[in-house]
Amino acid sequence: MIESDVLDRVLNEARCHGAGFAEVYAEDRCNTGVAFDDGRVDGVSSGRDRGAGIRVVNGVTTGYAHTSDLSEKGLLAAARAAADAAGSADGGSVAVALDEKRSGAGTRVEVDPQMVPKARRVEMLTEVDEIARSFNGAVTQVSAGLSDSYRSVLIANSDGVFITDEVTRVLFRVSVVADGDLGMQTGAESLGFTGGWEVFDRYSLADLATEAAEQAVRKLHARPAPSGQLPVVIAQGTGGVLFHEACGHGLEADHIAKGASVYAGRVGELVASPLVTLVDDGTVDGEWGTRSFDDEGQLTRRNVLIEDGVLVDYMWDHIRARDEQRSPSGNGRRQDYASLPMVRMTNTFVLAGEDDPDDIISSTEHGVYVAKLGGGSVNTASGDFVFGMRDAYLIEKGQITEPLREGNLIGNGPQVLSDIDMLGTDFAMGGPGTCGKDGQGVPVGTGQPTLRVSSMTIGGTAA
Amino acid sequence: MSESDSNSELFALADSLIDTANPSEQIEVYITRGSSTEVRVHNGDVEHFVSAMSSGIGIRVINDCRTGFAHAGTLDAEIASQVLAEARENVSFSSVDEWAALAEPDGVDVTEQELWSNELESFPTADKIELAKRLEQMTLDSDVRIRVDDTNFVDGGGEGLVVTTTGIRRYGRSNSCYLSVSTLADDTDGTRTGFGFAVGAHPGEFDVERAARDGVDRATRLLGATKPASRSTTVVLDPFVASQLLGIIGSTLSGDAVVRGRSLFADRVGESIAAPTFTLVDDPTDRRAYTATDLDGEGLAARRNVLIDEGELRGFVHSSYSARRAGEGTTGNALRGGYAGSPSAGCLALHLVPGERVQADLIASIDDGVLIEGVSGLHSGVNTVSGDFSVGATGMSIRNGTIAEPVREFTIASTIQRLLNDIVEVGADLEWLPMRASAPSLVIRDVMVSGSS
Repeated sequence: MIESDVLDRVLNEARCHGAGFAEVYAEDRCNTGVAFDDGRVDGVSSGRDRGAGIRVVNGVTTGYAHTSDLSEKGLLAAARAAADAAGSADGGSVAVALDEKRSGAGTRVEVDPQMVPKARRVEMLTEVDEIARSFNGAVTQVSAGLSDSYRSVLIANSDGVFITDEVTRVLFRVSVVADGDLGMQTGAESLGFTGGWEVFDRYSLADLATEAAEQAVRKLHARPAPSGQLPVVIAQGTGGVLFHEACGHGLEADHIAKGASVYAGRVGELVASPLVTLVDDGTVDGEWGTRSFDDEGQLTRRNVLIEDGVLVDYMWDHIRARDEQRSPSGNGRRQDYASLPMVRMTNTFVLAGEDDPDDIISSTEHGVYVAKLGGGSVNTASGDFVFGMRDAYLIEKGQITEPLREGNLIGNGPQVLSDIDMLGTDFAMGGPGTCGKDGQGVPVGTGQPTLRVSSMTIGGTAA
Repeated sequence: MSESDSNSELFALADSLIDTANPSEQIEVYITRGSSTEVRVHNGDVEHFVSAMSSGIGIRVINDCRTGFAHAGTLDAEIASQVLAEARENVSFSSVDEWAALAEPDGVDVTEQELWSNELESFPTADKIELAKRLEQMTLDSDVRIRVDDTNFVDGGGEGLVVTTTGIRRYGRSNSCYLSVSTLADDTDGTRTGFGFAVGAHPGEFDVERAARDGVDRATRLLGATKPASRSTTVVLDPFVASQLLGIIGSTLSGDAVVRGRSLFADRVGESIAAPTFTLVDDPTDRRAYTATDLDGEGLAARRNVLIDEGELRGFVHSSYSARRAGEGTTGNALRGGYAGSPSAGCLALHLVPGERVQADLIASIDDGVLIEGVSGLHSGVNTVSGDFSVGATGMSIRNGTIAEPVREFTIASTIQRLLNDIVEVGADLEWLPMRASAPSLVIRDVMVSGSS
């Protein structure tokens, strides 16, 4: 994408005011999407974006500028703008010595999505539409989409990092509307994969379409969710978002540095039930948050954040790890070349416990079983967080009974983590998520076994 | 470069593309170009300064009732012609849709508005940094319990044009700015957060003192907050929260949702769907709205549309597509997510017609209730198709007509349909917020508060 002698000159220009750190992040991105809605192909779109972001760190100040002009002239102009934005320092001009270029493992792709004809995508979505509609006469609308993205990245910085990497992702989504006497309801499923089209040989889109239709139809007779505090059992694979919100964001080093996290200053302390071991791992094959390098050119890795309930470590970006003279954790990520990198999660999951998943349900006298969670959000400073239940049921006398309408659950991170009193043996990763922070979205994975929180506040309307 | 030079260069690019149209083809070229800056200050220093320039092109081609779309983040002429070729290729994989067509000029004149501020354009960088530093310092000086998470000055300006083979040829430009602060307040029981912001056509209109005061008050009021008891009660949504509710209601009134069978309110035009105190207007021609605009995403004149009039549903917002399909005229409500997005029907700048009484008077009439000052999880606990509504909340208890203790870690829940009917009163305190919707305080009865059992 950019020759190394050009990178040298751009990095030198970026440090023309003597800043201690400069970085070039360049990417070339293509995506293709086919959307199906209302019984027909609703849109076929193609996109191409390329550009570079130049970051200059001068003491506590970061200057950032980006350009879609990858010529030397365009890059030098952006470098100067970033340098000006970062302000003057007295570090003097130091020649950059880039390391030997390293290439990332890229994404293992068996079937290149760009080789899959658009006509084939249309066929697959047409079938999804038919299956969802034929599931039940109450299904009134189906929307589905297949998209893929290919991103080629180059990162070089004044610490000598020089890497290139490629990542390919494919995403399928389906959502269904059903209509009944009590109004409309929705069901949705998705499948995301860091890899190629081969994922569709391993998973059945027909099953996902049927599941989405089933959810919508089942909820037509759902009763209002309870209001107030009850035990909550969360099904395997779907509840990782609970940890993503209850503690994941709060363990990001930028929140910690500003004292804007309930977990600041608590390394070595018990912050969760001793059943909980929480890991963030950007290397899990095929998962939605997987990469070989993070967006600052650091290798991703497996980081244990909480072990047997004890807080082990936070997640770090390059600059903060460097300032603390510790090894990087590979959590510096960004949405695209126009965005500053931040500390972000990759794939965040809780390891399996020792309880039989069936026992978890049967030992719950009265509570809520969440089969599928929606998104969530957290206030890292107070620790209060919410997450949505998209497919949930009452548990009565140890049995899953009636379906419930949608709503949010609310809790406080450290409290909910310590209230986890059962953890199943049935670990599973969940569906693809997009994590939002400071206006940037990045793909993340989550996972957990079936588990129980002894008490959470259910935000329903039934007294 | 003067505006007209830059104009003619962009029009030349668009014209060169639509001139290639075959007789059976409709082509629309949408171009944007803009720049923005974001200054973040922390502890008296600049934490980051982002200077961004972006431009891009999105091309729609419709042929034989089939639509293709492609986009690229550059205005390079060679890439633009590849984008056109991609859009044409995409046509061949699309389905026949009898309503597919580009917008056509509909004779509605553009409302002249001053959407560009020269004061903002020429506002010096150093002053942007100074403003953010001043807000941070003013916030810190107001209360010893306060820490500042970050303070931001954000501005952006851009130009855009839409040129079609159907005769639309429109250009517009606008810029905007805001200043914001995120606050933290600590006590033995934990940390509470707040925020404050200032908006204006240019920084000279900012009320920096108010931003600081809001940032301090919102966080410190919540110190000592506890979980309220679960009960069905009356809530007062403050303008910031009520505006978020308006945004949700607006999405249920999208013509696209209606023609695709996803609107709660399809078939209800002419019926009462809300309390008689409720009049909802989408008016991008009101300059006070942060998202005021003279053009919609298809290049038609933006216009004032009354959606709910004293509780009665008057109509939906339409793009040319949803209007054609619904058998109605467009309302000039094509919404686009930049050059990379196809247009869809959506509200451009909602506001609620204010009532008579200020918030303190509204509260004075309530024996038992909760003033809601913050909500969370609108994306996870609200379903605009079923109407289920459940969000996390923070705020202040109301007892015997006055503000009592702070509350947190609870939810408020109802359905969108019921919330609209249960509105007791609309406040007089309409606030123009840096969002797509602006509202005064709203009083709603019989909302379920879920807290301690």
